[in-house]
Amino acid sequence: MRAERLTFAGFRVATYAILVAATLIFGIIFVKGSGTVFQQTFPFVNTAFLTQSPETLHVFEWEGRKLELGDRAFRAFIEEKGNPTVVKETYVYSAGGIFPCIVGTVFLVVGSMSIALFVGISSAVFLNEYSRGGRLVDWVRLAILNLAGVPSIVFGLFGFGLFVLFAPVFGPVPDPGHISIPLGFTYLNFSGWGVSLMAGWFTLAFMVLPVVITASEESLKAVPKGFRDSSLALGATQWETVRTNVLPYAMPGILTSSILGIARVAGETAPIMFTAAYVVRDRLPWQVDKAVDVLFQGVMALPYHIYVVSSKIPQNDYTEHVQFGTAFVFLSVVLLIALSSVILRSRMRARYRW
Amino acid sequence: MPSQTESVPSSPMIEVENLNFFYGQTQSLHGVNLKIPAKQVTAFIGPSGCGKSTLLRCFNRMNDLIETARIASGHIKIQGVDIHDPEVDVISLRRQVGMVFQKSNPFPKSIYQNISYGLELQGVKNKQRLDEAVETSLRGAALWDEVKDRLHTSGLGLSGGQQQRLCIARAIAIQPAVILMDEPCAALDPIATGKVEELIQQLKHDFTIVIVTHSMQQAGRCSDQTAFFYLGKLIEMDVTQKVFTNPAHKQTEDYITGRFG
Repeated sequence: MRAERLTFAGFRVATYAILVAATLIFGIIFVKGSGTVFQQTFPFVNTAFLTQSPETLHVFEWEGRKLELGDRAFRAFIEEKGNPTVVKETYVYSAGGIFPCIVGTVFLVVGSMSIALFVGISSAVFLNEYSRGGRLVDWVRLAILNLAGVPSIVFGLFGFGLFVLFAPVFGPVPDPGHISIPLGFTYLNFSGWGVSLMAGWFTLAFMVLPVVITASEESLKAVPKGFRDSSLALGATQWETVRTNVLPYAMPGILTSSILGIARVAGETAPIMFTAAYVVRDRLPWQVDKAVDVLFQGVMALPYHIYVVSSKIPQNDYTEHVQFGTAFVFLSVVLLIALSSVILRSRMRARYRW
Repeated sequence: MPSQTESVPSSPMIEVENLNFFYGQTQSLHGVNLKIPAKQVTAFIGPSGCGKSTLLRCFNRMNDLIETARIASGHIKIQGVDIHDPEVDVISLRRQVGMVFQKSNPFPKSIYQNISYGLELQGVKNKQRLDEAVETSLRGAALWDEVKDRLHTSGLGLSGGQQQRLCIARAIAIQPAVILMDEPCAALDPIATGKVEELIQQLKHDFTIVIVTHSMQQAGRCSDQTAFFYLGKLIEMDVTQKVFTNPAHKQTEDYITGRFG
């Protein structure tokens, strides 16, 4: 009896440990991060942090006071009052804001999830509705299982090798040093997409593909067979049946599970550090010369920025606020994206219930 | 079975010739021959696993969807056309041969959309035509008065019996020649069953109906012809009254009198 109680007490502690961990993580980030993101005066949100680019922080003494100024403010200060003679410290990225990172993360998530959902739902429909089993399908399922277990850094290297260095681009002339296929009017050069949104999108998409495919298959399986049978019996083709009487009912489930995918896409650092992320970039994604350049530019991203500010700059009171602030904003962005798919899902559920 | 030809009018709606059907290695139908007359109700009876549903699903080629299912030999002709002829399009076949399933399964859409679906598949977009078809079909399925005020609410809000009649309305909306019913009342209470049986009597004026049923009483009440299957073989097919009062085979008699099955 006592042993029983002790055992269950042990189980209880183990269960509550997760609660403690979650509370600590969210609590610390919230407490320390909210100091950066919110302020006590109107409009209560630190808009500069959310809307400006990162700047270098200058800390120096002037007339007996310690001043902290961002790069631009510091230059203006020099113009006006001259270079401070006393020793000063500088910390990169610790002033200004993280706007480009927010934008970059949103771009990465939207693009890669679009690709992953399109490819993933298509594969799930093929596997669940059309394929009739066989050796090839077994191989496909094995591939999905294995893909799910691949560490994200491996995806990063895969994306770097395939998309950054090797993926084909159109060019007016053959690119020396790379495979080049003449197409008559232009050349297809296998010179890679460079560190770019495209490379990041595809790398992240391949990373979440197993999640999306598995989730979509489960949701398709949950749609009663009777809907398919009745639709076919009314003279619908198989594609008409899938399009009108299977996919719409499976969509809420697919979206639910894809929320997990969103959190992963938004959060992974390793897959984008070689393929899409810049440490710092002055231009925002829409500040490009040609429209097509939008696809072929690198971006700043929140998880990578967290990595940079927490490992590449000194840890002290001056840099801490940007570290926790970024983490806080990052969690909020993921929450926001996830929340919007929850809302979308509940709207769809209200339309189709059985 | 010589008695069969006497009772069947000259041009049958469905003709099955020496049909042998397999699921994988298991033979489910053995040399079935039968003729189903037009604009009558034909009931398939027999114990579970006797192949009656399998045969029914052959008529609109729903068995095509089952990987291991195959017809080893024999022909099925509907209105004189072999339905396995390469020229025959399975889609247009299914528009000719509608089906109502055991479990009522309206789409999780509005009552209106449930019925307009089949027509929309055929490219009908005209609102007025759809409206008319919806009303005609619902009247045809004796459901109009019950649902006319809530056509745009979900079909799943209806009671079980209403749902099954909605499925019948959905099937007749595309004006098939034949309606196959696979135990349509298996999940219904006696009152709802009565309504569906009444409906079947009305529908036979316009459609050829083939119904699979486990209920001998149902076969007796609402069919004109009855076919008794046992272990994948057609034992006997004749006018219902004859099968029930004076069956030609001992097995039929045993089944009908409840000695087995």
